[in-house]
Amino acid sequence: MTTFEAILLTIVTASTPLLIAALGELVTERSGVLNLGVEGMMIMGAACSFAAAVTFDSTIIGVLAGIVAGAGMAALFALAVLGFAANQVGSGLALTIFGTGLSGLIGAPFVGARRDAIPPVDIPVLSDIPIVGRLFFEQDLFVYGSIGLTVLVALYLTRTRSGLTLRSIGENHGSAHALGLPVLKVRFLAILFGGACAGLAGAYLSLVYTRFWAPGMTSGRGWIALALVVFAAWRPAWVLVGAYIFGAATVLQLHAQAAQFGVPAQALSAIPYLATILALLLLSLRRGRAIGAPGSLGMPFVPDR
Amino acid sequence: MRFELSPRTTVSPVARALAPVAAFATAFLIAGFVIWLMGRSPIAAFDVYVLQPLSDPWSLQELLVKATPLALIAIGLSYCFRASLWNIGAEGQYVMGAILGGWLALKTHGTDAGFWVLPLMLLLGVIGGALYGLIPAVLKTRFGVNEILTSLMLVYVAQLTLDYLARGPWRDPKGFNFPQSVTFDPAATLPPIMEGSRVNYGTVFAVIAVIVTAIVLGRTLFGYRLKLTGDAPRAARFAGFSSKATTMAVFAISGGLAGLAGIVEVSGQIGQLQPSISPGYGFTAITVAFLGRLNPLGILIAALVLALTFIGGESAQILLKLPLDLTQAFQGILLLCVLAADALVSYRIRLVTRGGGK
Repeated sequence: MTTFEAILLTIVTASTPLLIAALGELVTERSGVLNLGVEGMMIMGAACSFAAAVTFDSTIIGVLAGIVAGAGMAALFALAVLGFAANQVGSGLALTIFGTGLSGLIGAPFVGARRDAIPPVDIPVLSDIPIVGRLFFEQDLFVYGSIGLTVLVALYLTRTRSGLTLRSIGENHGSAHALGLPVLKVRFLAILFGGACAGLAGAYLSLVYTRFWAPGMTSGRGWIALALVVFAAWRPAWVLVGAYIFGAATVLQLHAQAAQFGVPAQALSAIPYLATILALLLLSLRRGRAIGAPGSLGMPFVPDR
Repeated sequence: MRFELSPRTTVSPVARALAPVAAFATAFLIAGFVIWLMGRSPIAAFDVYVLQPLSDPWSLQELLVKATPLALIAIGLSYCFRASLWNIGAEGQYVMGAILGGWLALKTHGTDAGFWVLPLMLLLGVIGGALYGLIPAVLKTRFGVNEILTSLMLVYVAQLTLDYLARGPWRDPKGFNFPQSVTFDPAATLPPIMEGSRVNYGTVFAVIAVIVTAIVLGRTLFGYRLKLTGDAPRAARFAGFSSKATTMAVFAISGGLAGLAGIVEVSGQIGQLQPSISPGYGFTAITVAFLGRLNPLGILIAALVLALTFIGGESAQILLKLPLDLTQAFQGILLLCVLAADALVSYRIRLVTRGGGK
């Protein structure tokens, strides 16, 4: 395998967790709920999945634990913002602070442990095509799953009745409620889906990407996933594009650090964060105000009677 | 079974004041449960976290030391949050204040520059924080970029900048390769209030900030404007209040106070620049602001309460071997409880069993 191929492969690995987490958040936001707790749900997914995978020596149990942990965190958020109509921005932040702390507690006994790599799925013949072969046809299941998830989310939102219901609730919860649509129920499920995706993304980080647990290991990926949703103007296909651009920026930045150009390592580490700001800026320059944002995004819903 | 919310017609001031207390009690119960799950005694933990620090003169001083940056930052954030603007990057503004102010301390190191060094450092701290806070504000007002994400991304950038400076160009050449700058000269050190005390003049600044903010919010047009912008943005526009000017002003104020907290901490408590200068004050201050109900006096009390969790967390780590992460988890759950309790104040909540209701 050439260095070039290796870089392309790592780009895919770096992009996948961003893609999964951003897809989940996209569905949540399309239902009109802004969950800023992606980072917290993601790191809980990373900690719980790694702890479970090591304890039971099973990657599958680990992945399930990550999904459950993310969804569990999301349920807590839903209780606050749907049950108590609490402020969504504040509650999401609280979720991130809480998740960062709790994941440290859960992961502490597992610092230093390692997991073996998950064998990639090798599609015969096709994976022997030079350069693109290994890139497209010899990845792990998560990568194929994340692409499939993108398609499913896109189809769900645009081609199903349930997806239409979800979008209309996100656009105007007052009208949706007047039409008899179950606003809180749909939002609850959308929040859970977002949490499950964030948890899965976290599981991917600790079980596939690093294969160990370190406190704070998500290092802002949850926030970048949030930015991706804005960047993609709440459309799944653009989330895919954005995730791969950011994954590429992260990986190239790491390779640049290893090559030691004489640029400080910290300056290169700052690139993903600065790139996020720049992307958001370019986007609003091009489109003026954030077009595509669901109309009721971030507003609490209390049915009147 | 589900919850149903209905708006209350009148909100009693007693409920308003009691909501944070109820939130705190709930958060304590949850934390106690987590500690019990970890196989430790919640009662012993409560003793170490709360009772011991409050009964020991040394930790009472330490309480003021830790509450000072929290109060300074949270007071600034209350301006933003009142106007419904989300500056969540105070941690970065804190770091930038420390960097710009610390720069002067390092420049004048070893010279016999006089008394003016310290006031100028504090001023530079405010300017550094304010300018850094203005970046998300300008991006929002000029280009419509969401301030939540930009202000947070800038935290990472600020931390990496400090990390670079402390390990690279600003490292003490005689410091045995430790990633830290030289120790600040006495002229660049914020003195303690009393000889031998750990409490320095930063605490006085925090109290001044509380008093000034109480006056500004309660007695000036600017304070009214903030409240209106946050509660009824349309009405504020009709009244001719420019939301752009308000945004710039509150970000500059909150950034400036966070920057002041940063330089106060560096010149008073730490005495040099290091890669890490905060246990997360900028994020904890968000909890402080909400726990204090965005009210200046409330924030002062909330800062002391959250300072207690830092001190209790440190001693619990030593005495009970409870990890420091527990403190952060507690702070997160506390913020969630505080926000939920706010809803209890303005809504009546009924538990509806299936078939009931309507």
